[in-house]
Parts: sequence; structure tokens; C-alpha cells
Amino acid sequence: MSEELDITQLETPELLETMHDCLYDGMAEDVVAGVNELLRRGLSPYETLTQGLVAGMDIVGIDFRDGILFVPEVLMAAKAMKAGMAILRPLLAETGAPSIGTMVIGTVKGDIHDIGKNLVTMMMEGAGFKVIDLGINNDADRFIQAVREHQTDILGMSALLTTTMPYMKVVIQALKDAGLRDKVIVLVGGAPVNSRFAEAIQADAYCRDASVAVETAKKLMLEKRIQVTVG
Amino acid sequence: MKTALIACGALAREVLALREKHQWNAEVLATPALLHNSPFRIPAAVLERIREARQRFEQVVVVYGDCGTGGQLDALLEAEGVKRIRGPHCYEMYADSIFDELMEKEPGTFFLTDFLVRHFDQLVIKELGLDRFPELREDYFANYTRAVYLSQRADPELLVRAQQAAERLNLPLEVQPVGYGALESRLLELINP
Repeated sequence: MSEELDITQLETPELLETMHDCLYDGMAEDVVAGVNELLRRGLSPYETLTQGLVAGMDIVGIDFRDGILFVPEVLMAAKAMKAGMAILRPLLAETGAPSIGTMVIGTVKGDIHDIGKNLVTMMMEGAGFKVIDLGINNDADRFIQAVREHQTDILGMSALLTTTMPYMKVVIQALKDAGLRDKVIVLVGGAPVNSRFAEAIQADAYCRDASVAVETAKKLMLEKRIQVTVG
Repeated sequence: MKTALIACGALAREVLALREKHQWNAEVLATPALLHNSPFRIPAAVLERIREARQRFEQVVVVYGDCGTGGQLDALLEAEGVKRIRGPHCYEMYADSIFDELMEKEPGTFFLTDFLVRHFDQLVIKELGLDRFPELREDYFANYTRAVYLSQRADPELLVRAQQAAERLNLPLEVQPVGYGALESRLLELINP
């Protein structure tokens, strides 16, 4: 938002659109100002999150997929969204915003590349999932322990290296050995990962990017609930 | 028998040096190193080179790692009946027997090679947007704990540039003068079986 623009004078739809533009351009301070203004107008934290931030990041996700935006721009947009989320997260907890599932996520043993994982974490939170982020370099025991402790619906694993991605198979085998494989949806991602690999290691799905991760998680959660209901 | 060595641009100069050293009857056909920023594009680019090479060469060898293609490059090469040098990526090829040790000791190791040192500004600073958004440095490199320069040639100028690169990433530098490592020995296996 330019210095001349007084956001308090904008109609709410126009303000939302301006926020999406600011998010797209990675202008964190302006996104924070927009979040505060929407809250001042009486939008709930959940409405502010979904209409102000998530809708804006969806546009970023589409343009990344279409090759219009590149990684640096996406990261700047994510930083802006993170700044907005920092205001909303405690408010969402207070207001009991709906949680549509719990996800444990981390990069696998030997892998310290967490940019993609961090984007997925943020977008999943934005979509209403409770996310337990284990950070980087996680061995199978740590994943299993977290899945048990948090009664997890979804386990997300990420790897950037050809040399570390095979460890995802080790974790899935450990889930089977622990009797947890049928209870948790396993999503995998990272630059060298693809659908064929996901199928080979018996993950439930490969997610190309953060937007796809959110859509896939929602779809598989719905299928899981239907199965539980029918079963 | 004349051989086409289809090489990643990041290895082309080194493969040319090896060709001279061993007097291989070979020509190097390079593909852009920047393809590594979108690895899914690598198989198609290599296939184009293979088609081109088959017109003029009796043997085709691909000098690429898996390079983040998730097995798609190997699937393509199997279908085409073309051999590839062993290895997941050039860092492993250069470091060879010490690669696992380096990674086990510190998973947060950022590797530099002669190629990366020469093109650090373009491939790291500009491609990652650090010239426009220096604040992203932490997002990219916060989990790295050291830079390891796998040097191919003993070149004092490259050593200075490697030190400068590590400083820009705020990482301590270790130098491993590995030479061509397994890039050389594995290519020898393929070209002089």
C-alpha cells in the first residue's frame, strides 16, 4: 500500500483486494496493517485469515505454478503472510476457530532443507489444520512419537536431496511396524520427489507444492471420514 | 568409436579437461546448468541432446547425476538404452568416498565446486533473489552450518572466491581438494570398459 493510501477509507472488498496485492508483493508491514484494520472492522480472526491472507496466498500459489512467480517472490509473500499470521494465531486459539485435522510435518533424517516444508506448514495452518512442525532432520522414532502423541491425522515428510528422500520409506515402514500406518495419511514432497516415488514407498500422495498439499489433505481427510462413517 | 558425452553445464568444463587428459575420442554436448532450478525439465533437455547425438556418434554417455529428477532421468535413459555415470549428484561424484562422512558429520553442509565458485553470483545470489531480497538469506541458509569447497583445481583465485562466497553466506569454509574424484574414475569405467 502506498503511503498516500488510507486503508481505513477503503470498502472491505477493496481492502481485501489491496491486501492480496500487498501479500503478492511481499509487503509485510502493509499486510499487518490490513489484518489489524479488518479485525477493527469486526471480521473474525478466521474470516481475516481466510479472506485476507489465504485467498491472497492462493493467487501467489497459482502464479508460482504457472511460472509467473519464482521462489524468491513466493518466499517474500510467505514472510508477509507469516507476519499477518503472527497477529491472528493467538486470536484464532482464543476464539476456537475450527480445526479440520492435525498434521505432523518435518524434513527427514539427513535433510535440513525446510523452505518447502515451512510453506506447507503455513498454508495448512491457514486452511484450518493444527500443525505440529518437527523441524529438520527427523528420524523415524521422532515421527512415530509425534504421530502417537498428537493423535495425528496426517504425516507430512519433505526432502530436497536425492540422497535423503529414500528415508521416507524407512519412516513408512516404521509406521507399519508400530501399527499406525492405517491411522494416518502420509503426504510426501520435495524437489526430487514425484508420484511414482510416492507410490513406490506406499505414501498416500505426492504434493507438488503447498497449495496442492492443502487440497490433497482436505480431500483425503474427507475420504477418511467417509470411510469411518460407512465402516 | 566416437562418443558423445552429454554433460550438465556444471560439469562440462571438467569433462572437457578429462577428455584432454585421457585423449578420449569424444565430444561434449552440454545442457544448461540452470536446469537444476527446475529438475523436472532435465529429462526432456537430455533427450533432445540424445536425439541429436545419435545422428553423429556411435556411443552416447550421459554425465548427470539423478540431480533431483526423482528417477525420471534414469527411467528415460533405460528406455533409450543410454548409460549414465553413477551417482546422485556431482557433489557425491567429486567427494566420492568422503561424501557420506561429510554429510553424516554435518547434514547442514553447503557444497561449493569450481563451477559454483566461478558462477556464485549468478547461480546463488541472483537465482535465489538475494540481490533483490537480502533478507531471504536466513530463509535459505539458516540451517546450514558450514560450506565445503570440493575443489577440482588448485587455483588460488578460486580459493579466494570460495572464501568470499562462504562469507556472503555467513558460513565457515572448509576446503577439500578432491580433484575430479569419482567423476573421473566412473567415466573411465564407461568410456574404457
